[in-house]
Amino acid sequence: MQSSIPPKLALSSSQLGSLKAESIHIIREVIAEFDRPALLFSGGKDSIVMLHLAKKAVAPAKLPFPIVHIDTGHNFPEAIEYRDRTAANLGIELIVGSVPEAIESGRVTAFAGPGGSRNRLQTPVLLETIRENKFDAVFGGARRDEERARAKERVYSFRDEFGQWDPKNQRPELWNIYNGFINPGQNIRVFPLSNWTELDIWQYILEQNIELPSIYFAHERKVFEREGMLMAVSEFLQPQSGESVTTEKVRFRTVGDMTVTGGVRSDADTLEQVIAEIAIARISERGASRADDRTAEAAMEDRKREGYF
Amino acid sequence: MNLLRIATAGSVDDGKSTLIGRLLYDSKAIYDDVIDSAEQHSRRQSSEYFNLALLTDGLRAEREQGITIDVAYRYFSTPKRKFILADTPGHVQYTRNMVTGASTADVALIIVDARNGVVEQSRRHAVIAALLGIKHVVVCVNKMDLVDFQETVFRNIQRDLHSLLEELQIKSHHFIPISALVGDNVVAKSGRMDWYGDETVLEHLEGLDTSIFTADSRLRLPVQYVIRPLTKEFHDYRGYSGTIASGNVSVGQEIAVMPAGKVTTIEAIDTPDGGVNSAAEGDAVTIRISHDLDISRGALFCSKYDVSRVDNTVEATICWMSERSNLQAGGMYRIKHTTHTARAMVNSLEFKIDIDSVADTVGCDHLELNEIGQLVLRTSEPLVFDQYSVNRSTGSFILIDESTNETVAAGMIGRPEFIH
Repeated sequence: MQSSIPPKLALSSSQLGSLKAESIHIIREVIAEFDRPALLFSGGKDSIVMLHLAKKAVAPAKLPFPIVHIDTGHNFPEAIEYRDRTAANLGIELIVGSVPEAIESGRVTAFAGPGGSRNRLQTPVLLETIRENKFDAVFGGARRDEERARAKERVYSFRDEFGQWDPKNQRPELWNIYNGFINPGQNIRVFPLSNWTELDIWQYILEQNIELPSIYFAHERKVFEREGMLMAVSEFLQPQSGESVTTEKVRFRTVGDMTVTGGVRSDADTLEQVIAEIAIARISERGASRADDRTAEAAMEDRKREGYF
Repeated sequence: MNLLRIATAGSVDDGKSTLIGRLLYDSKAIYDDVIDSAEQHSRRQSSEYFNLALLTDGLRAEREQGITIDVAYRYFSTPKRKFILADTPGHVQYTRNMVTGASTADVALIIVDARNGVVEQSRRHAVIAALLGIKHVVVCVNKMDLVDFQETVFRNIQRDLHSLLEELQIKSHHFIPISALVGDNVVAKSGRMDWYGDETVLEHLEGLDTSIFTADSRLRLPVQYVIRPLTKEFHDYRGYSGTIASGNVSVGQEIAVMPAGKVTTIEAIDTPDGGVNSAAEGDAVTIRISHDLDISRGALFCSKYDVSRVDNTVEATICWMSERSNLQAGGMYRIKHTTHTARAMVNSLEFKIDIDSVADTVGCDHLELNEIGQLVLRTSEPLVFDQYSVNRSTGSFILIDESTNETVAAGMIGRPEFIH
């Protein structure tokens, strides 16, 4: 199987090199200045790249902070397996903030019905996990090219006691000098991959030959179509009447909650082929695969204001 | 070609957002679903044509009010180069955002409305670019379609702004007549301005060589973090990590560790991709040295024969960024300079710079939001620094309010050469 990488990808290694150096600089600043950092890790490609860079930032020492996953309970088993194996291999602590547990204990309430997802429930559980563990800095793998609200986000994003993002009242961020001063109870969300694009992420994965969860590659799966997206049939999501199940060869461009993450039809089963497809894709990764961002024009902005990443 | 960081500023009316939308749209950096969403919004607003500016408007409040409230970052790439564009609003009250966007930029994109010529705002953008040490300016004379693509209109603007840029000592500047709305000379060449015959905006950005003004070649490497694994395998490992601000490092090189001034030798250089014999400006490295010295975060590795200055007193130009307070003599702040944090007191406020009259100085007793002034600071610990005009990393700092924790000022050490 041959597939050539389109010219758009032929970035010189120096361009990727300056992104890597910038990310490592940011990660080192946080480790040097904060008492209790943590890294959000979902088993998705962005958090995988972020963790990979964090390891390099402190090598040959071990990572001096835990990884944290806010688990909706509706995740792809492949991503969960990858998450657990990664933590075990690195010998670092994995802290799981569990949405199902929060529902069971009555701390949050799940929406019912086919449109109800647990996506928004991640926010209170995330805030609770940050509070309980007294994290003062939390790394997230969000990129500014993903979404318009994220384009306005700082590298160091100040959050008050309620985790809120206030876009009109952000700290100016100059040169590569970051202001991480906070009062107790507040925290900084840190985005080391701010300046990376989706293609940069894939190019880094290729360059470093990083293993990914299998759902990023084409595989046969039972799916049904909903609002133009191919949703995976699972114990968490069943077709409604009128939605028919077929077996298709699909891959996923993002890894999220199974009830809101759609796949795309694809034959790409190697990294090179996935990259070739992404380089010519005409639909954004969030538009192609995230129902949560389609619900409203400002869906991400609203969730970020509430404390989401 | 290296990654190019661009800063642009402008108001809604001069077509800045349309230009950026055009750059992103024509270089295919925008996905169809994002375009669809902007088109739907365009229709809801009953626009006559597809509003390219909507591709770059971010937050709901901005869409509703048709304004831009903050710095937004845009990404696009061509087969030749990757671009990061800091997009800032251009209103008078947003000097703060322009300074922020310009602080990391290699090139400033200044947009002039062909019908209005060089206005106060264009001058302000040029002055801020010069203050922040940007070496390359590209002036886009926009809305040429509304002046019948006349060469004289373009040449008059070019003449006016040329002398200003010379005065500001910005030596690399390029003027391009464009129409962002219809696309002339942005990505595709215009068929209606044969008299121009030079590069389009994208062509110019793709080919811009930022290495022509050689940066500081002296080694400056601020220590960020000391790596000590304390494991069996790396029991004696002690590495000093940081990002090389200028110059090079190589194994066997003698360096001075400032502020103490002790000289040592580089034994090994570790990078994210393994050990190397040498590394250059911009690289994130971990250095091991041959002496057992007391070195912690905030120290600076320098070329042995040309070290940075060490002083408790620094003169600097600052842009005041706080909405809540003013800067006055006697004020005390946290100062963050490279990887070093200390306290700083304003010894004296010398003058304010009137950026609208291009850098005249005005006596004053305080600085308000968005004002730029010259001051002398005294610091609780000596800073190890260079002039900003020579080194953007070791010459820059921020001031932080100790009670609110907000970043209240951006500082550039020294005095701009173009100040009268």
